[in-house]
Amino acid sequence: MDINATLIGEMLSFAILIWFSVQFIWPHINKAIEERQLKIAEGLDAAERARAELRDADSKVAAEIKVARQQAAEIIDRAQQQANQILDKARGDAIAEINRLKASAQDDIASMAQRAREELREKVGALAVQGATKIVQREIDPAAHKALLDQLATEI
Amino acid sequence: MASEPQGGLTEYISHHLHFLQSTHDGDFWSVHIDSITVSLVLGVLFSLWFWLKARKATAGVPGKGQAFVELVLEFVDGQVKDVFHGDRRILGPLALTVFVWVFLMNAMDLLPVDLLPWITQKFGVEHFRAVPTADLSLTFAMSLTVLALVIFYSFKAKGFGGYMHELFTAPFGSSPFLWIPNFLLNLVELLSKPVSLAMRLFGNMYAGELVFMLIAGLFSAGSWALYGMGIIGYTVWGLFHILIISIQAFIFMVLTVVYISMAHDHH
Repeated sequence: MDINATLIGEMLSFAILIWFSVQFIWPHINKAIEERQLKIAEGLDAAERARAELRDADSKVAAEIKVARQQAAEIIDRAQQQANQILDKARGDAIAEINRLKASAQDDIASMAQRAREELREKVGALAVQGATKIVQREIDPAAHKALLDQLATEI
Repeated sequence: MASEPQGGLTEYISHHLHFLQSTHDGDFWSVHIDSITVSLVLGVLFSLWFWLKARKATAGVPGKGQAFVELVLEFVDGQVKDVFHGDRRILGPLALTVFVWVFLMNAMDLLPVDLLPWITQKFGVEHFRAVPTADLSLTFAMSLTVLALVIFYSFKAKGFGGYMHELFTAPFGSSPFLWIPNFLLNLVELLSKPVSLAMRLFGNMYAGELVFMLIAGLFSAGSWALYGMGIIGYTVWGLFHILIISIQAFIFMVLTVVYISMAHDHH
């Protein structure tokens, strides 16, 4: 059998059939395929994004923990410094107070010694006058001899 | 060739309906070499195609080829899932094979009815029928395989005793007088399955092929008007046939699944 009109007619119809399929049937299948590809791609993207977000969150948490640790260390440092300062200040105050008390005590001691010395001097003066009176057997005019007595008192 | 004027339409058609046989007509061993060749080639084509796509399948974004295979697979699996509520590891691939293979064999109907015979004639082969599913031998081969599977799964799901009990006591009752009627009815039901499967597919494809040949008769009718009508008719019937081959492949698959899933049901 050679190529005859029958086969050519059938081939023409077949060509139209193929054209129809390409034009009207294949696009539907292609659309379904592309939608499927898109859906899968989106799903994979979403999963990848979620993973990346998780990684980000993890590193952010780690960074924040690091910052918090640093801050805590700084706060502790500062607290220690403050404590030291307070201690120093208290020590200084205490020393100053001690010095002050010591000074006032010394003053007191000094003034009491002075007073004692003066009382002693007056008593010695009086005793000297009494002694001299007994020796001379007569009244010595304290006024006339005051200068003499004072001189005696200062010499003691 | 019978399409030449001296043969006439009747001879043209009868020539086209002649199988390529290994021995002469009527002999039990007259194997239809054309049906076997085309169905084997298409079966191997389908297997290779899906195997290659399955081998290269990725979990990532599929290429267009993979996406297409996945679409077909998902469609078939969805159909099986609707009908059969069990382990789909055997029934799923079975349905996929039936669907794609029958579809491909049906699709041979869309090729110009003189194309393959013309090519084979160049190699000295006079008769060649391109559509294996328009061969009753092939459709019965498939449907009898389905019957074997139905019987196998009936035994597997119910056990020998259970299946025998069902054959002899359903649907009328378990009285011994009803054993024979029950069994006869079940036998008819069982045998009607492969017959209806095979005849439906064969009938549709055979009729489709015949209409193509009748329209092709217009090409050699000898007038340009008829020739134009022939092209229009052939195209329109071809477009309509796209629907038919898909539906027939789908029906064959769904009924296969339904029959096998019915074999799992207890009565």
